[in-house]
Order: sequence, then C-alpha cells, then structure tokens
Amino acid sequence: MSLVLTLASRNLFHDRLRFVATMVGIVFSVVLVMIQMGLFLGFGRMVTTMIDNASADLWILPKGAKCFEDPSLLDVKLRDRVATMEGVSWAAPLVIGFSDWRLESGEVTPVFIVSADLRDGSLQPFNVVDGNVPALTQGANVAVDRSYFERLGVSGVGSTAEIRGRKVRVVAVTDGIRSFATTPYVFVDLKNARNYTGTPRDRASSVLVRLKDDADREKALSAIRAEVGDAEVLTSDDFRSRSRSFWLFGTGAGAALFAGALLGVIVGTVIVAQTLYSSTKDHLNEFATLRAMGSSNAYIYTVIIYQALINAVIGFAIAAGIGSIVVQMTAKSALPIVITPWLMAALFALTVVMCVASGIGAIIRVVRIDPATVFMR
Amino acid sequence: MNDYVVEAKSVEKKLGRGAGEVHALRGIDLSLRRGELTLLMGPSGSGKTTLLLVLGCMLTPNSGSVTICGTPTADADKEALARIRREHIGFVFQSYHLFPTLTATQNVQLALDIRGEHGRRAAEKSREALAMVGLEQKVDSLPGGLSGGEQQRVAIARALVANPSVVLADEPTGALDGKNGQSIMRILAETAHERERAVLVVTHDPRVVPYADRIVEIEDGLIVQEPTDRPRMPTAVPFRA
Ligand SMILES: Nc1ncnc2c1ncn2[C@@H]1O[C@H](COP(=O)(O)OP(=O)(O)O)[C@@H](O)[C@H]1O
Ligand SMILES: [Mg+2]
Repeated sequence: MSLVLTLASRNLFHDRLRFVATMVGIVFSVVLVMIQMGLFLGFGRMVTTMIDNASADLWILPKGAKCFEDPSLLDVKLRDRVATMEGVSWAAPLVIGFSDWRLESGEVTPVFIVSADLRDGSLQPFNVVDGNVPALTQGANVAVDRSYFERLGVSGVGSTAEIRGRKVRVVAVTDGIRSFATTPYVFVDLKNARNYTGTPRDRASSVLVRLKDDADREKALSAIRAEVGDAEVLTSDDFRSRSRSFWLFGTGAGAALFAGALLGVIVGTVIVAQTLYSSTKDHLNEFATLRAMGSSNAYIYTVIIYQALINAVIGFAIAAGIGSIVVQMTAKSALPIVITPWLMAALFALTVVMCVASGIGAIIRVVRIDPATVFMR
Repeated sequence: MNDYVVEAKSVEKKLGRGAGEVHALRGIDLSLRRGELTLLMGPSGSGKTTLLLVLGCMLTPNSGSVTICGTPTADADKEALARIRREHIGFVFQSYHLFPTLTATQNVQLALDIRGEHGRRAAEKSREALAMVGLEQKVDSLPGGLSGGEQQRVAIARALVANPSVVLADEPTGALDGKNGQSIMRILAETAHERERAVLVVTHDPRVVPYADRIVEIEDGLIVQEPTDRPRMPTAVPFRA
C-alpha cells in the first residue's frame, strides 16, 4: 500500500467515532439518492409499460393526449383510412378507461380496462403465467395480474367477478403488470372494453399502427399525419417520452423525487465536509510538519483526496448493499425501485464527486497553515 | 564556489502585527559550512527559533538575504520555498513532530515519499537510516511506544534519510535527559563530520557545548559574539542509547 494511502487511512480510522459519523452521512445520503432515483426509474418504467409492450410502430392519439391513460377519444374511422395506406401493415383501435369491478363478496373496486386486440396483434396481455389469452375473444373473459388477486377477489384462472353488472371469468393471468395509479389493469376483448368503459362504437382511445418491414418510415409517418388531420401521430419512442414527462414532470412527482435526491446530496456533502474538515484540523500539526519537511501542496492535497476517496468507496459499498436489499424488498410492491447498472455507476461517480467536493473545505484550511507558526510554539 | 551551504546577510525579521509587533531579528549575518556543527545559543526569546526558521526557508525575512546552496531565496514563493526545503534541508524539532499513526519506518519513509521516492527501496533506505541512529530494533514501533530519546532519533533519521545539505535542529535535546541528549548530539556531530553536512543546533543547554565546532550567541535579535572556532570533538566513537 502506498504511504499516502496508509497515512490517509490512518487519519480516517484513527478517530473511530468520526469515521462512523462520516459513514452514516455518506450511506444516508447515497441510499436516499438511490431510492429517489430508483423510484424515478421504477416510476418511469411503470408509466410506459403498456407502450413498451405494444407491438405498434405508431400511435394515433387524440390531439393533446398526454399519456396512455388519457381519457380523450378519437374517431375510429381513422383506423380504416390508415389501415389501407401504403406502407401500413395493420392498424388497430385501442379502447381504455376506468370501470367498476364487483368482487364475489359484493365489494366494488375501480379497475382500468385495456382492450386486447388479438386479431390484429396490437396490445395483448404480456408476461402471461397462466391460462389462455386467445380465450379473451370469447364471451366475457378477462386477463388480470396476479399481484392484484387479493384486491380483485380472485384466485386465478376460473375465478369470476362482475364488471358493470356483467359476469366475467378470469382466463389468463399475468405477472408484474402494475399500474402507477395502483388501479388494476384488466385486459378484455375490444367489444367488451367499449361496454365496460362506456366508449361509443364509433370512438376509440387511440389507434395503433404497425408499418410494413420494408416501408419508408418517414414517408409513411408524414402521409399518416396528413391523413388524420387533428389527431396526433407519435412513434412509440415519442409517446413513451411524452408519457414519462407527463407523469414525472407534469405531475410534479419527478420534481419531488429529484428534490429529495438533491436534499440527500446536500446533507451528505455537508456531513462529509464537516467530518473531513474536523479530521484535517485535528491533523493540522502533521500537515504543517509535512509542509516543513518540504512537501508540495499537491502531496498534501493527495492525502486529503485519498481520505475522501476512502470514505467514498467504503460508504458507497455499504450503501450499495443496503440499496440491493431495498430493491429486493420493493420488487413485488406497487412501485418497485429500479436500480440499473447505469444508476449504480452514476451513484458511485456522484459519491466520489460528493466526497472530493467535501474535501475542498479541508484543503482550503490546509493551504492556509503556515508551518512556521507550528514550530514557534 | 565556497563551502557555505547557507548564507544569511543582514537578515531582519519582524513578527506579529500592530502593537504586538516584535523585531525578532535585527540584522543577522550567519553562514553555515559543510562538515561543521554550529551551536546557536542565547536566552529564551532572543530569536533563535526565528533565525532557524528563516535559515530553513520557513519564514521569509523582511530584509536581507538568505542563500541556500547557491540559490537565492528572495523571489521564491511558498511552493518554491517548500522545494528548496525538500532539496536541501532537514529539520529536527524539540517536540519531534512524528506522525503518531505511522511506524518509525513509515515516519522516516515519509521524507522520501514527499520527494517522489516510493516503494520497497524507500522502505529499505528508511530502515537503514533508523539503523544508523541505533533503532534497528524499533523499525515497526509506533511513536507512542518509543521513549523521548528514541522518538528524537526517529526524527533525526527522517531529517537525514534524504541526504540534505543542511540539518537544522531546534532544541533537539530540550525534552531529553542527559544520556539521551548526549546520544542525540553525537549523532548530529557525526552527521556534520562524517557525512559532511552543515548542522545548526539551537540550544540553551550548556551540556551540548562540547559537541560544537562553532558557537554563535544571539541576544535580542542580534549576534553578540562573533563565531568562535573550537577544536573538533572526536565523534567516531560508536553511540548507543
Ligand atoms: N508569532 C509571533 N508573533 C509575535 N511575536 C512573536 C511570534 N513568535 C515569536 N515572537 C517573539 O519573537 C521573539 C523571538 O522569538 P523566538 O525566535 O521564538 O525566540 P527563541 O527561540 O530564542 O526563544 C520573542 O520575543 C517572541 O516573543
Ligand atoms: Mg525557540
């Protein structure tokens, strides 16, 4: 081990209590930022889960529709016009909306209906773990997510309930399709979706378009735009980012998460800066001795930066451990915290930056020492 | 080219500010030569430490000049002064100023580390320097586990390990008993005579007088007695605490 590293670590570990305080500060801060950002990612992923899983290239939406759950409607005749255009493989109407679900116990709970268009192959139940999706086209069959079993009062395929006075039967079960609003998604056939949500026959929430593989996408997009007039045509990517920015920033939820993260960074930086500064003050005599021996300022900064880096590495390791426990604990919850390798890397970089920035106060203090004064005492 | 490694001319130094200002050095001329141990003596508050710090490039004089190994220090900024100290000067302080969390070897090695000498070779050299001051048994001890005399010997090893041309010691025996003081002085005298260094020892301890090649007396910021050359003490006698 290099001597600077030895000196830096001895300086740190010498005062156990202060080291513990530093670790608490870093871990608190990093875990807070991790959870906020993990929620942000989890949230961002959740609000686009339907868009991610539809096999559409383009979404035709009522003008100004902000997200998948937007209740506005458009003229379903658009679908027929677009379906026959050049470059279009298929176009399928989608109907969504809130409805009421009556449990066998008589209790009523709101659900979010999503029409599954199996024939056109647009949006279908995904992550199916049990049952038979094609059965959705027959009678009043539904697909539900198993994370909502309790809420919906069902126990799996074969269970029954009522939607708007009509008896429905669970024929397929998915896993992990959770909605941000915590209202359970219920997949039904298009015709039933209209009934359950009260959507008129000539209306739809949106139209999903799949282009032919060899189509000129730019050309098709502008042709469709010209055809649909008032309605908007978005690529899946555009719709995803529009939904995300609506939920995350339009609602203030994202801003709140970022504010929490920022708070974490500030608190962490202040605590680490404080402990590094007081550690440096305690070792001022040693730094003065180094300076008297002729060490360059750069050497002294290296000692302090190493202290900061040791803090960062140990603190981050502990925080990452706690973070992975939190991820596991929330994995099955309504809003799972998502931690990606990128988030981890960014958090590590943030921790390093935070710790090194915390060293600035200590460095400024050290630059001001005049070794002569130490030796005149 | 002359033998002088440190040359101070008409050095004046004021300390403190305003009403508390003290004219600590009032025009000092002093040169230090290779192979010679100079004692700087004088009453408390006479300016001995101030002069040592000025000669050691830790304080810049208000007027006059200090030249180290031919390099004038007048225009040097803090960083350049640190470099001059690094290249030419070794310090020994009354209160040792060792790093309490580092072993004896690591303390000595620090003097090499700041000079960019790292690794095994540096550790080896540091242990050799400790052996030279009779501490081969204590290379892995922490300062807390060493006696005052041993700590001061570690400090001397640290001052010598990088082969400075000048060794400046401020009351190195001040905190030590007679026997330990003697052994420290023997090491310093040997450093001057055998390793051809210029050694300046600030002291008001009369027991160290026999080790001096030259005695300079200072009072109230002025040299009151011109340097006197004295017969040289034999120092080849092996010393062990
Ligand atoms: N930082 C300071 N500010 C003002 N006066 C000081 C300071 N340091 C030392 N002095 C004064 O300068 C004079 C010389 O001090 P010093 O060189 O330490 O003397 P010595 O080492 O001979 O005892 C003393 O009168 C002392 O009180
Ligand atoms: Mg003094």
